[in-house]
Amino acid sequence: MTTTPLSSRLRAHALAAAAFMTLSLAAPMAIFGQEGNPDAIVRIGSLYEPQNLDNTAGAGQGVTEAFNGNVYEGLFALTDDGDVEPVLVEDYEISEDGLTYTFTLREGVTFHSGEPLTAEDVKFSIERVTAPESQSSRRSSLAGIESIETPDERTVVITLADRSISLPYNLSYVWIVNDAATDLTSTADGTGPYQLDAWRRGSSLSLTRFEDYWGEAPANGGVVYTYFTEATAQNNALLTGAIDIIPSVQSPDSLALFDGNPEFVVTEGASTTKELLAYNNRIEPFDNVQVRKALARAINKERLLQSIWGEYGTLIGSFVPPTDPWYVDLTDVDPYDPESARQLLEEAGYGEGFSFTLDTPNYDPHPIVAQFVQNELAQIGVTVDINIITANEWYTKIYQAQDFEATLQEHVNHRDIVFYGNPDFYWGYNDPEVVELIASAEASETVDEQVEKLTEANRIIAEDAASNWLYLYPQIVVSTANVSGYPVNGLNSQFFAYDIVKSE
Amino acid sequence: MILLFSLAIASAVLFVLLRLLPGDPASSLIAVGADPEQIAAARRQVGSDLPLFEQFLHFATNLARFDLGVSFVSRTSVAAEIGARLTVTVPLTLMAFALAVVIAIPLGILSAVKANTWYGAAISTVSQLGIAIPVFWVGILLVAVFAVNMRVFPSGGFPPGGWSDPGAALRALALPTITIAIVMSASLLRYVRSATQDVVDSDYLRTARALGSGFTEALVRHGVRNGAVPVVSILGIELATTFLGAVVVERVFTLPGLGSMLLLGIEQRDYPNVQGVLFISTLIVLLVGFAADIIQRLIDPRLRGARRGEGQ
Repeated sequence: MTTTPLSSRLRAHALAAAAFMTLSLAAPMAIFGQEGNPDAIVRIGSLYEPQNLDNTAGAGQGVTEAFNGNVYEGLFALTDDGDVEPVLVEDYEISEDGLTYTFTLREGVTFHSGEPLTAEDVKFSIERVTAPESQSSRRSSLAGIESIETPDERTVVITLADRSISLPYNLSYVWIVNDAATDLTSTADGTGPYQLDAWRRGSSLSLTRFEDYWGEAPANGGVVYTYFTEATAQNNALLTGAIDIIPSVQSPDSLALFDGNPEFVVTEGASTTKELLAYNNRIEPFDNVQVRKALARAINKERLLQSIWGEYGTLIGSFVPPTDPWYVDLTDVDPYDPESARQLLEEAGYGEGFSFTLDTPNYDPHPIVAQFVQNELAQIGVTVDINIITANEWYTKIYQAQDFEATLQEHVNHRDIVFYGNPDFYWGYNDPEVVELIASAEASETVDEQVEKLTEANRIIAEDAASNWLYLYPQIVVSTANVSGYPVNGLNSQFFAYDIVKSE
Repeated sequence: MILLFSLAIASAVLFVLLRLLPGDPASSLIAVGADPEQIAAARRQVGSDLPLFEQFLHFATNLARFDLGVSFVSRTSVAAEIGARLTVTVPLTLMAFALAVVIAIPLGILSAVKANTWYGAAISTVSQLGIAIPVFWVGILLVAVFAVNMRVFPSGGFPPGGWSDPGAALRALALPTITIAIVMSASLLRYVRSATQDVVDSDYLRTARALGSGFTEALVRHGVRNGAVPVVSILGIELATTFLGAVVVERVFTLPGLGSMLLLGIEQRDYPNVQGVLFISTLIVLLVGFAADIIQRLIDPRLRGARRGEGQ
C-alpha cells in the first residue's frame, strides 16, 4: 500500500464496479466528479460492534471492519481487490529453501503514541498472534513460524519449519502494535492513518486523522462508526441522514428503500460470504456421498437465492468464491434435479427417505433458508426438523462439541477452503487426498503450483458434495450520493475508510 | 437488612438460572477456525472449565466485596460500564416518569371528577387503549412519523460525546421518553382516576362540603393528601417498571443504556455483565420501593405508628 497507486486503484475499481456491477440508477460520473471536503467526517453505520478492540482477544469481525488498514497496519495488506501488497515492509527476501524471510521495515513510521516502529514491535505483534492464549483466527496458519530474529531496528528475520507460500497473505492479518502498549482491549496504538478517538460501547466508535501518518493523508477528516442491533434502525439512520454509508447490507428488505432512489447509491461488489448447509460428515447418513449428492440436487438454489435476494447474489458449486485464485465454475456438478436426487437416495438405500435435525442460527437469513430447505427435501422424502439456536449456542453445540446432524451457517472469509483439509473441523469432512493437497499446496514453491493443487482440492470437494453450498451472499454497499471512494468488496470484513470522499 | 437479604437471594437465583441456559461464554470469544487449544484457552479465561460450585464461590466472594468483576467479552470493568450506561437509562427513566406523571395526574383527576361528561369518558377510554398497546409498537410508530417522515427527532442512537452536548443528548432521548411516557401514563391515569373516585365518594369529603367548603377547596384540602397515599405506592411500582421497561425501548432506539447491555450480555452469555446489570437493577427497584414507603409515611401520619418495627 504505497498509498498513491492503491488509492487510485481503489477508485478505479469502485468506478468500474459502479459502472458494470451496480444496479443503481445514479450516474457514476456525477458521483465521482464531486469535490470532497478534506475535513468531512464520514459516518458509517454497522451491525458489527467490536466486542473489544483486540483482534487476538475475540473482538469479532467488527474490529476488523473498523481498524484494519485504518488504525492498524500489517507488514502486508490484503487489498479490496484481493491482492497482497507490502505496507510496513519496504523490501523482503526469501531464502533459496523458502524457509527464511528477511523483511526490511519502512523508515519514518511512528505509532499514534509517538514511538517509532522498530523490529521489536513486529516480533511482539506476531508473537501476540501465535501465543497459546491468542484468539486470533490466523493463529494456526502461522504455527509454522519457528523463530523471529531482530538483528537491527529495521530488520526482521522469520524462520519457518516448512515452506509457507501464504506467509505474506497470513501476515496481512497481523496488526503491528506498539510493544509498549499495555491495554489493547479498550485502547489502541497502531501506525494507521487514523487514531482511536473514543468508543462508547453499545453506540459508537470514532476515529480521527493521525497527523504524523507516514503515508498519504486520508481524503476525509475522520470516521464515526454507529452501531445498530437490527437492520430497520440502520436503514432509518441512513434515510434520515444520521449516517452516510452502510458497508455491508444484511437485510434484503433494505434494498427496496434505496434502490432506484437518486439520493442513494447501491453498489454490489464481489463477496466471499457463503451460505451453506453443512452436514456432520462423520455420521450416517451424511457419511454417504450419494446421500449428500442427492440433497445437493434436491434444492433449487436459484429459486432460493432469488426469493431471498432478488437480483443480487451468486450461485456457487463449491466452497470457493470467484475471487479466490483456485475458483472454477462447479455449479454443474450437482445441478437441481429432484428426479436424480430420488434415484441417488434409492441407490444409497434410503428409498424410504430419512429425517434429520437442522440446527439453524436465529438470525437472518438462516430461518428462511431452513424453511426452504425443509420444503425442498420433503419432496424427495427427507424430513427436516428445524431447531433454532443462537450464535453462542452454535459455537457451543456445533463448533465446540460437534454434536449435530446438519446446520446452516455463513462462512465469511476469503481463502477458507483449508477447512476441508482439517478432518477435525466441525463438519468432519475427511478425504485423505484433499488433506494432502491442501497441506502440500501451502508448501508450494510457486503460486501456480499452489493454485493447481487447491483447484484440484476444490474439484474433489465439489464432486464429493462435501457440504451443500447454497449460494454466495451479495456484498452490497449503500451510501448517500455525496459519498464516494469506498471499497466495494469488503474482503474479510475489511472496510478501508481513508479514500472515502464526502462532499457537503 | 431485608434489602440485603433480598439482593443476595435474587443474585443466587440468577446465577443458577443463567447457567441453565444452553451455551458457553467462551463461545463468544472464538471464531470459526479456532483450534482446540484456542477453545481451551477461551474456556480457561472465562472460567467455564471450572465446576459450577467453584464458579459460584468465586462469584459470591466478589459480590460480598461489592466487586462486580470484569466482562468476559469486552474485558472492561462491569461497574464502570454500568456507570456509563446509567447516564442514559436514568435520565430516560426519570424524564419519562415525570412526563407520565404530568399527563396522568391532572387527566386522572379530571376524568374521575367529570366522569359523567363526554371528555371524562373519552379520557378513560383512550387510557384503556394505551394500556393495550405494546411499547415497542408505539416506538416504531413515533420513529416512522417524527424521525423518518418529519425529521424533527433522530430515529435512534445517542451522541458519541454523550452529555457533553446536552442538546443533542436530549434530542436523542426525546422520542424514547415520549414512547415510555405514553404507555406509562395510560396505566397511571387509571390508578389516579380510581383513587380520586374513592376520595370523591368518601364520607369525609361530604362532611367537609356540608361544613361549607366548596368542592374544589375540599378536594384540595382533604382529598389530595388522602388520595396521594395509594397513588404514591403505585408510583413507586410504576417507576421501577419504567426502569425495567426501558430495556425494550432502548432496543428500539439503539440507545447505549442498561437494557441493551443486558440483552447483549444474555446473547453472549457474558455472565458478569448480566449479573452486574440485574444486581444494580434489583438494588434500584428495592430502593425505589423503600423510598415510596417513606414518602407514604410522611404523607399519612397514621402509617408512622402502625408500621413501626416492621422494618424494611
